[in-house]
Amino acid sequence: MAHDTAHHESNISRIWKVFILLSVVTIVEVILGIIKPAFLIETTLISMKLLNWIFIILTIYKAYYITWSFMHMEGETKGLRRAVVWTAIFLICYLIFILLTEGDYIYEVFKAGHKAWDF
Amino acid sequence: METTVTKTGTEDKIWGGGNEPLKVSYGKMMMWFFIVSDALTFSGFLAAYGFSRFKFIDSWPIADQVFNHFPFLHGVDAPMYYVALMTFILIFSSVTMVLAVDAGHHMKQKKVIFYMFLTIIGGAIFVGSQAWEWKNFIKGEYGAVETKGGQILQFVDAEGHRVALKDVAILDTHKERSQHEEKNGIWYDKEATLPTYTIAELTNGFAKNTDLLIRTQELVPNLEDLKASGNAKKIAYAARLEKQLVNPEAKGEKAIYKREFSLNRLKNDTVGIVEGANLVHNEYGTPLFANFFFFITGFHGFHVLSGVIINIIIFINVILGTYERRKNYEMVEKVGLYWHFVDLVWVFVFTFFYLV
Repeated sequence: MAHDTAHHESNISRIWKVFILLSVVTIVEVILGIIKPAFLIETTLISMKLLNWIFIILTIYKAYYITWSFMHMEGETKGLRRAVVWTAIFLICYLIFILLTEGDYIYEVFKAGHKAWDF
Repeated sequence: METTVTKTGTEDKIWGGGNEPLKVSYGKMMMWFFIVSDALTFSGFLAAYGFSRFKFIDSWPIADQVFNHFPFLHGVDAPMYYVALMTFILIFSSVTMVLAVDAGHHMKQKKVIFYMFLTIIGGAIFVGSQAWEWKNFIKGEYGAVETKGGQILQFVDAEGHRVALKDVAILDTHKERSQHEEKNGIWYDKEATLPTYTIAELTNGFAKNTDLLIRTQELVPNLEDLKASGNAKKIAYAARLEKQLVNPEAKGEKAIYKREFSLNRLKNDTVGIVEGANLVHNEYGTPLFANFFFFITGFHGFHVLSGVIINIIIFINVILGTYERRKNYEMVEKVGLYWHFVDLVWVFVFTFFYLV
């Protein structure tokens, strides 16, 4: 199996770089979460606060580095990479879409209904 | 990795199982597919959390107001600092794990031992921190009152800081009610523990202390939008909030009632007190929040715990030199994959539970 050679070079400097990157992203998230800049909260994009979009994008960014660098996904063959990543991403997107849509629908039903929920 | 781990004797027989299109060993590939299925389980939980949150989008608890403890800093409002620290610990233990895998590629047994040791310590600290978070969440610090409709009413002072039940209640020393114990009854029955304070004691204390107000579960909507909507129902809703609330302008924050409405609700709508949180009652807001907290962080914590145990097993094998003799450290790589996955899940739990 010829692909092994790449595995054996030491990646220690890259590992530390990725660690610093992940730490910085986490610090940025925490700082944003504490100060909660007003303009990020007031602006909404596709019915979600801009701040929450930023959190989610930063999270996916972190997830990418954990998978690609720490879990060595970048070194795997295209076939394995796609089998793992695309399957998960497709199913998760579907799940999120369908459950959040349903949750929002139920919220509207509760709100427009004739029953009082707060008594 | 080298195929030394899984020599099946079919290496040169392309049609006899010797063909490895994905160029990974069986064990590593199956670890990847296990991770995919486990990731789907976790996303199922998190998506269900999202579902419930969207369902109660205007009354979900605000994480900053729930998780604001830090060890040795009593009474200091420290939103998220501790979880952020936990996140660092887990990411760092992921880093030491990669370093162990890297050392394994170079067959450096001593280094693998050292880095795996650090990884295990990091994991143990994380599980311990998780337990501490649970303890704070379950015990609660202030307590709250529950209404007939299952809503939570919290006491706050003029600055909006929460006030504990013990500082609100004026104890009635002539209470007639004492706990019914097994020894007193004919049928050897006993009743559940009596609540620490009665509604009457709290109402009495609340009426006397004019500084106190009541904070509800409800989040203040954007009143300007409601008024401009032209919908009669929404306009009436906005008018009601403006009449009842101290903070009708604080969009997205928990609504706080004016004194007279606070007292009114406390007298007429309440059924009992809640201290801390369990699966049925939750002093921070809807019980669903507590349920998801216990379930998701519990399931993740269980993953970390099993990760630590698996790491310990592999750690012992490394010390015994099993992989030196095998001339291959692929087992370290496989547990490493699992360990990184646990970290990966935490990154998402952190975002959806504490940040968003």
